[in-house]
Amino acid sequence: MVKETSQKPATSSNTILIQGGIVIDPGRVNGRADVLIQHGKIVEVGFPLKTPIRQDSSVIILEANGWIVAPGLVDLHCHLREPGFEYKETIATGAASAVAGGFTSICCMPNTQPVNDNESITKFMLAKGEEAGKARVFPIGAITRKSEGEELADIGELVDAGCVAISDDGRPVMNSLVMRRALEYAKAFGIPVVDHCEDLHLTDGGCMNEGIVSTELGMPGIPDASEEVMVARNLALADLTGVHVHLAHLSTARSVELVRHAKGQGLPVSAEVCPHHFSITEEAVRCYNSNAKMNPPLRTDEDVQALKQGLVDGTIDVIATDHAPHALQEKQLEFDTAPFGIVGFETALPLTLRLVDDGVLSLEQAIDKLTRAPAQLFHLPVGSLQPGKSADVVVFDPKEEWVVDPTQFHSKSQNTPFGGWTVKGKVKMTLVGGRVVYDAR
Amino acid sequence: MGLQRKDLLTIAALTVDEIQLILTTAESLKEVGGRDIKKVPALRGKTVVNLFFEPSTRTRTSFELAAKRLSADVINFSPSTSSIVKGETLIDTARNIESMQADIIVLRHPSPGAAENLARSVRSSVINAGDGWHEHPTQALLDMFTIKEKKGRVEGLTVVIVGDVAHSRVARSNILALTKLGAEVRVVAPPTMLPDSIEHFGVTVFYRLDDALIGADVIIMLRLQRERLSRALLPSIREYAKLFCLTPERLNLAKPEAIVMHPGPLNRGVEISPSVADSVAAVILDQVTNGVSVRMALMYLLSGSGERSTLNE
Repeated sequence: MVKETSQKPATSSNTILIQGGIVIDPGRVNGRADVLIQHGKIVEVGFPLKTPIRQDSSVIILEANGWIVAPGLVDLHCHLREPGFEYKETIATGAASAVAGGFTSICCMPNTQPVNDNESITKFMLAKGEEAGKARVFPIGAITRKSEGEELADIGELVDAGCVAISDDGRPVMNSLVMRRALEYAKAFGIPVVDHCEDLHLTDGGCMNEGIVSTELGMPGIPDASEEVMVARNLALADLTGVHVHLAHLSTARSVELVRHAKGQGLPVSAEVCPHHFSITEEAVRCYNSNAKMNPPLRTDEDVQALKQGLVDGTIDVIATDHAPHALQEKQLEFDTAPFGIVGFETALPLTLRLVDDGVLSLEQAIDKLTRAPAQLFHLPVGSLQPGKSADVVVFDPKEEWVVDPTQFHSKSQNTPFGGWTVKGKVKMTLVGGRVVYDAR
Repeated sequence: MGLQRKDLLTIAALTVDEIQLILTTAESLKEVGGRDIKKVPALRGKTVVNLFFEPSTRTRTSFELAAKRLSADVINFSPSTSSIVKGETLIDTARNIESMQADIIVLRHPSPGAAENLARSVRSSVINAGDGWHEHPTQALLDMFTIKEKKGRVEGLTVVIVGDVAHSRVARSNILALTKLGAEVRVVAPPTMLPDSIEHFGVTVFYRLDDALIGADVIIMLRLQRERLSRALLPSIREYAKLFCLTPERLNLAKPEAIVMHPGPLNRGVEISPSVADSVAAVILDQVTNGVSVRMALMYLLSGSGERSTLNE
């Protein structure tokens, strides 16, 4: 399904050696190793390498200086806004933002204009992704036509055109019968069905977590239950249909508990969490900062702890960005009228590395949640440095501190609550198919 | 001593001393309204802009009158809220007004936090005249003034707030002001109309009006918004009136000298019966009169403050 980019390698050589780094290829390698790449594919990872290498200028040597060398990161949840909202982001700017954050494969949601509910849109997205020549773009198709929640989209056509999953993200399927049928129908194609778990009736116009802070601020709240009733519904439907349901961006402690219980019963479910949900709480909303407005909303410290625990015990399989760019003028509106969402690619890795610093996850576990695990869930042939795989690689310095400056983002948008934060972990180099697509050495 | 801040945005940010200063200043300014020539030169040459993004007659008029009695020039500006939806930000509108050298901007806006957001963006003083469900600080200040005037104090009084607390900026500001000044506050409403964790504000929660009224010194009735019916918050106006209308019989449960307040406009026969609204216990029109004095005091104190500090910075 993955098509190699047709563009020529940035280097003139077909042989690249990444040397002097610590390779973490989850489940396979963890330690000092060199990475040999030929013709865009991984040939060998080891130290010393067994493959003889010609000692001449035809081999491009990339010094990794003791930095971490890992499979390129894989994001199961982003919004690239094209077609329709090019003023927020294009596939090209989104893909550039992705590789700057170390992501080499990104799955984009179908809530574009028009919605990605037919092969023309899917093929358009794939072509734009290839044209950009940065991260690999894997479209996610709509569950229902126009994501209106009524009739099924042409799911077979979407999958044949290259969609790796289906979702009505942002406009969740309220009708449980439609959701059941979508799951049953998807069974034929072996793709996961992704749900943004939210009961829109319970949300009722809410724009932040419902609790003491929303009461103090006089802001309409979104209760935990708004997410949890849909998590519970989806778990029941996964049981009923036997089809893999992937639950997007969990935000509450009870959601984690529900998924943990379901996994204990062997249900075919997986779950993701976004860096912002395990990094900050509803307190970030206090000064009516619209860059702290996202859906699901930032919750409480108790939820943050539960999400971390979910990552530790495997209840939560992956970390996904929910990269959701919005233009400055949209986020300059008052909090209750500003759109939901924040940009995510360029801060996801350092925010995840905070979990490593805090002893929540090992570095290998953290990288696994960003590479191997997401690739496996959506059956993407990426996320590993196994010989024969496409050479999608990220090289980062886990110790380098830097200050998040949204004006320097490669994304077209700057909506982040992390501006001004000093974070640790800097992407030095990103390769896709053996081509250096981002270089900040 | 002036008010050492640029803006008045919330009761939450005010200290007890600041509240007392505003109330004392209002007391000395109240006399102006009784004169033949109801004007003092305190704000002569200053410009006050009433920027109202929501329809309002009484609050806007009260601010306008207050500014005029202080000899300020007053402009009323009521952009349609649809212009916000179309993408013009509040800040753009406000910067336009600031460029006309407005000294004080009085803002009413449907979004919580709008006044705070505005105050960060302009040099003019900003007075919050109501932001969404969040706060309506001048209403609370005039209510405190009225309670003090009628009861001699706020501390130690039992004050009952009746009605839709969840969607009321008047309720939020009053709860904050009353608890700061040492009153015992009760809220009473159907549970659908009480916001999450309201007990954390130091209030006692009641669901039946009769229980809440026993021993009350002050009863603050909130206006019932009829559009709440469509959000499944209430079965019917009829049932609400049965359970929550302040009738003479219910008023008898309160202390004999209890006063009844209402921010207006009244829904006669819904939250308050006409015989209570027109009784000696009702101080609703005194609230309106005092509103002008309190707003005069605020504008006077904000314009006269030497060192300025922005609220919540």
